[in-house]
Amino acid sequence: MHMADALISPAVGGAFWAVSGGLIVYCARKIKQTLRENLVPMMGVLGAFIFAAQMLNFSIPGTGSSGHLGGGLILTILLGPHAAFIVMASVLTVQALFFADGGLLALGCNIFNLGFFPAFVAYPLIYRALAKDRRDGARASWAAVVAAVAGLELGAFFVVLQTQLSGISELPFGAFVLMMLPIHLAIGVVEGLATAAVVSFVAKARPEALPAAVYAPTPGRLRPVLIGFAVAALLFGGVASWFASTHPDGLEWSMFKVSGKEKLEAPSGGIHETLAGIQEKTAFLPNYGFKTAEGESAPEEAAAAWPAVSAGTSVSGVVGGILTLAAAGIVGLALRARAPRAVGGNG
Amino acid sequence: MNAAAVEVRELWHAYPDGTEALRGVSFRIAPGEAVALVGGNGAGKSTLLLHLAGLLIPRRGEVRLGDLRVTRETAAAARRAIGMVFQDPDDQLFMPTVAEDVAFGPLNAGLEPDEAEARVVAALERVGAAHLRDRPPYRLSAGEKRAVALAAALAMSPEILLLDEPSSGLDPRGRRRLIELLREFPHTRIVATHDLELVVEVCSRAIVLDAGRVVADAPAEEALNDEPLMLAHALERPHILRHSHPHG
Amino acid sequence: MESATWPDIGRMDDWARGDSPAHRLDARAKAVATLAFIVVVMSFPRREVSALVPFLLYPVVLTSVSRIPIGEIFRKMLVASPFAVFVGMFNPLLDRQPAAVVGTIVISGGWLSFASILLRFVLTVWAALALVGCTGIYRLVAGLERLGLPRVFAVQLLFLYRYLFVIANEGARMKRGVDARAGGKKALTLRVYGSLIGHLLLRSMDRAERVHRAMLARGYEGRVATLDRSRFRADDGFFVFGCLTAFGVARAWNLSAAIGRLVLGAAA
Repeated sequence: MHMADALISPAVGGAFWAVSGGLIVYCARKIKQTLRENLVPMMGVLGAFIFAAQMLNFSIPGTGSSGHLGGGLILTILLGPHAAFIVMASVLTVQALFFADGGLLALGCNIFNLGFFPAFVAYPLIYRALAKDRRDGARASWAAVVAAVAGLELGAFFVVLQTQLSGISELPFGAFVLMMLPIHLAIGVVEGLATAAVVSFVAKARPEALPAAVYAPTPGRLRPVLIGFAVAALLFGGVASWFASTHPDGLEWSMFKVSGKEKLEAPSGGIHETLAGIQEKTAFLPNYGFKTAEGESAPEEAAAAWPAVSAGTSVSGVVGGILTLAAAGIVGLALRARAPRAVGGNG
Repeated sequence: MNAAAVEVRELWHAYPDGTEALRGVSFRIAPGEAVALVGGNGAGKSTLLLHLAGLLIPRRGEVRLGDLRVTRETAAAARRAIGMVFQDPDDQLFMPTVAEDVAFGPLNAGLEPDEAEARVVAALERVGAAHLRDRPPYRLSAGEKRAVALAAALAMSPEILLLDEPSSGLDPRGRRRLIELLREFPHTRIVATHDLELVVEVCSRAIVLDAGRVVADAPAEEALNDEPLMLAHALERPHILRHSHPHG
Repeated sequence: MESATWPDIGRMDDWARGDSPAHRLDARAKAVATLAFIVVVMSFPRREVSALVPFLLYPVVLTSVSRIPIGEIFRKMLVASPFAVFVGMFNPLLDRQPAAVVGTIVISGGWLSFASILLRFVLTVWAALALVGCTGIYRLVAGLERLGLPRVFAVQLLFLYRYLFVIANEGARMKRGVDARAGGKKALTLRVYGSLIGHLLLRSMDRAERVHRAMLARGYEGRVATLDRSRFRADDGFFVFGCLTAFGVARAWNLSAAIGRLVLGAAA
């Protein structure tokens, strides 16, 4: 669910960079004011812990699959929202830089989606509201599950939003939402269960390791609204996942609603037959040429990208592209042959 | 560099959970002396070292490093007088490269980067680790890590060196090199360890702790040769002494 | 958060310790150029393919000059690709407007935009990996800090990176212990999982406490000072200027199409 550079536009990427950057600066300031002396090494080590914890899985009863800890919620329980946000941001940065998970411009989006919601929404407004001061027992477990689901669903919703705003993917909004939310309902439940299990262990083994209340201010007026929002998201996700699992063509139905049009004529041509074959295999969208919202504007856009849809331009694009590709390859090989062997390259 | 004296008087310490780790510890160590702190697990060695390093502040009793009495106000100055080598080098080497790590102390002491750099070079050379300077600490062997941790402590130009289990995790050759190094240092050295053979080779004196009290304070060979004493405090008589100095 | 290939992070450190003209560039110059690269690549219309191809030169040159093993870059890209591919593969199904004709084959807008997404993915991910590969996280973070990254965050990145290996090793040891006793069952029950991860968490927190002591022992007073003395030299300026110019030219004119026309024109 990491947003990729390939799917977003510079405007969206830049906007979320600004938002996440602002949040980092704000949190950094807040952290400087805290009195917790060992916060610097604690944050670093807990960031590393999140990575390491992901190597161990537990089995999800009755499904045959397994899950692991995600991170945002447990970090917030341990460190409070400001420090947890910075830690999540650092974890995502390392993932982007070293695992190509997400991308550099998408990093702002990812930090916002996976850091902001658990730290500043799910934890203070849902987890603390539901769990009160419990760290252990059924109540705390439920709180963790609800909070994790809400945090992840909000994040997933924003992935969709960012993709839509960027306009690079053709997926219709509703269909994409219906795809993302059920998946993240499942991920959220797993995340919540894992968080609850670990927190409950620590609560028994070393209660003083869990700060009593790092973050109290839950605005009274806002709280019910947000809890309602979270519950609604939960319900929606639940219904959607039921719908998606028992009713595979439900997606099609909803996409039809989204598109608001009857099936379009499929243009004929070899490529489209191939496509139809693929469609039948995926059994997803037979005979629908969706994306009709853009139906009107598409020709102009096509015209803009390809001044004239004539064989000539396209061919020169293809030929030139292949030549350029070959040239890039040759340049690479030539440089490689010339460059002296790197010192550390043999590791 | 001046070696400083260390004096501990009637030092008590209880942890928040009520465990009494130190119960009236007293001793004096002369400048330049090498002293071993020995005792079983939980005898109070680590707690004592933390007090000597200015990381725990005496509530009852006192700790003096040279002329400095360790209090909350003087803790920072006390830490500057001390070079501490921790048991797990991974706790100590937290910076991205060896050179950065060794420079951490000098830079905190307010040195300019050039001076800090000079300290780094000198300290790494002293422990024979100059070639490691640009390596990341987590890619070093246990022996290399220990050497770098020692360099990081030396770079602070301390008067007193505190070492917590310095030979743990080292292979025999690494341990041998460590012993040679420790013997040569002119600093006041306090070594908390279970490695009694290292004590015999490096230290002139041993302080035996048990349950937070000093149960013996004597020349190293004499203390370690006292089999009943050793056995009574979860220790044993080192093998090298069994042949050369049979116990009377 | 499905990354599981953490151990080969160390390989990228090896790449970064090499020496080459690309390694010697200032981290700030490389970071600025790479970011500009990514922004320009992403700014193309969604069906653009051919104009993006020349941009491959940037990661290719960086990778080759610094002798980063290209196979490993591709492997990393493959591991990271599912989300972009998954979302992108709907385009051909959803957008069937004919958009280009090559010979007798009609290509729909969806296929073009899918190809474009894949190409963007390769370009942006490759450029980022090449940047880290020839710079290393430490110099990169130090450079970014001098470009305005908040210190708290810079220090957090360094500590996270440092203890990644230590904690991951502890996690790996625990996993081995579990595997040894699991009798072939791979996954744990939730209760056992909670206690295992809980143990790992407590050990991590103890570790943080000891690290904090080690920092205090060496005079830490809330500020992590570094030795970074890298300088922004004329070469770095030329590099940034050259890159930005090249990106600008390649953004304004479709170089692939121009070359194609030239070749076809000459042939005809």
